[in-house]
Amino acid sequence: MEISLNEISLTTLFFAAIFTNNILLTNFLGLCPHIALSRDLKSSLGLGAAVVFVTTSTSVLNHLLYYHILIPLHLEHFRFVLFIIVIASFVQLVEMIIDRYFPRLYIMLGIFLPLITVNCAILGISLFMVIRDYSLAQAMVYGAGSGIGWMLAITLVASIRDKIQSTANLPRGLEGPGITLIITGLLSLAFMAFSGMIQIQ
Amino acid sequence: MITGILLISVLTALLALLLEIAYKYIANYGEVQVTINNEKTFEVTGGSPLLSTLMQQAIFLPSACGGKGTCGYCKVKIHEGGGPVMPTETPYLSTEELAQDVRLSCQVKVKTAMQITIPDELFNVREYRIKVDHIEQLTPLIKGLHLNILQPEEGISFVPGQYVQLQVPPYKLSSTPEFRAYSIASSINEPKYIDLIIARMEGGIVSGYIHDLLKEGEELIARGPFGDFHLLTSERDILFIATGSGLAPFIAMLYQIENENIQRKTTLIFGTKRPENLYYSDLLSGFMKRLPDFTFIPVLSRVEEQDSWTGEQGRVTDLINRYIPDNNAVDVHICGLPIMVQSCLDILATRGVPLEQIVYDKFE
Repeated sequence: MEISLNEISLTTLFFAAIFTNNILLTNFLGLCPHIALSRDLKSSLGLGAAVVFVTTSTSVLNHLLYYHILIPLHLEHFRFVLFIIVIASFVQLVEMIIDRYFPRLYIMLGIFLPLITVNCAILGISLFMVIRDYSLAQAMVYGAGSGIGWMLAITLVASIRDKIQSTANLPRGLEGPGITLIITGLLSLAFMAFSGMIQIQ
Repeated sequence: MITGILLISVLTALLALLLEIAYKYIANYGEVQVTINNEKTFEVTGGSPLLSTLMQQAIFLPSACGGKGTCGYCKVKIHEGGGPVMPTETPYLSTEELAQDVRLSCQVKVKTAMQITIPDELFNVREYRIKVDHIEQLTPLIKGLHLNILQPEEGISFVPGQYVQLQVPPYKLSSTPEFRAYSIASSINEPKYIDLIIARMEGGIVSGYIHDLLKEGEELIARGPFGDFHLLTSERDILFIATGSGLAPFIAMLYQIENENIQRKTTLIFGTKRPENLYYSDLLSGFMKRLPDFTFIPVLSRVEEQDSWTGEQGRVTDLINRYIPDNNAVDVHICGLPIMVQSCLDILATRGVPLEQIVYDKFE
């Protein structure tokens, strides 16, 4: 059954964003920080948390700007530029604030912020929200869900890499990015099993 | 069309303004002090990573990735003010390094006063603008350069035995500036002047320039000091073995022995081919007079009848055994061509001189 987009319940959208439409494993967005930082679980949790925060906030911000400024002025074609500068400045501002006032949080989350300024998953989420005509609430839920989905994917890969590191004897050439791409590919196949459950695009 | 441009410009300007304000008030850590090796304190503007902050003070730590936290080369010890270790650093630090306060300087921001330790050789590496004060033809194939350091004002601070990289401008043998390492052959008491001993190498670009084109008064670039060749500290006797331009670091060390009033029995064996290849005779006989127990032993390998040479004949390797006491209580310092250094090391190994009593510098 095809559900009309605007009628998707928030709960459905949330879980769809995590599982059936996982931004990393089905759309392959945000791969570079994923490959670089999935080498240990703690770092990937920190990075994941930062991504969740940024995707949620920027999809809301971009939704507001898009529907209240760009559409009324018929300037939709500027959305790429606008989204990018909004994401970049937001990330920078948040980083500064956390760095100064929440040193403990900064260690866990803040240092990853510069790494995700240019994470394509975040721009992708803002663009999907426009293409799929989400309402403000939907945009927020979709942003949060996608961020959590990305976090899920990177922590899964990090845990598997951790396990492999301690048990398996990898050929040298496969270490690092090589094995990460293989693991990600297999996980992606596994996530395809979810795809029939809900259709949101 | 105009509205679009205006809107984007206005929005960008607003965001820039917001960030600028935030930068000024939130990210402003003021002036903080960074103390390096308990020796030097710099007043720096806080808020930037340590790596780039040190760079502004002309202290260059190695870094291949340019401060992105991916190469792990820019390690320093931060004793105070580094804050907790970040997850971006842990992949590059071993357990021992973590215990020793080793951190990645590109990931640690300078926010409060810091106490750090960096390797001495990095702390002191500088670029110098130097002027050729005078050139001396020491032997047909060796020139002595007396150089005046113009910049930085305070001159150079080095450990006797260390070398500088001397850079010569492009000329017909090379289209780019080239540099080579030369040991400093002068006293650390004269930081504004350094002496270098430069042997002409077959087809050498830098030595060729120095021997054929370099004029007194010319300005050059040098960097340094580098290297860990140094005078071993102990109560044992000192033996220096040199050939060719390998005399240079020992001149600096002889000044050190004189300055620090070191009373150890010191012997310098210098090997070369013919009497006309000997140089610095006056300087060395000066040391013989001033130092309490110093002997200079030149040894020639190609003596002819008419030379009326009464000194030692042969190679340095023929003489070593005689100057190693039976209990091996001697610190051996060797400097010269790799083949000579290797032959000496072989002899010392046969004699059973412990490795920690031997240092060498191969001139290649």
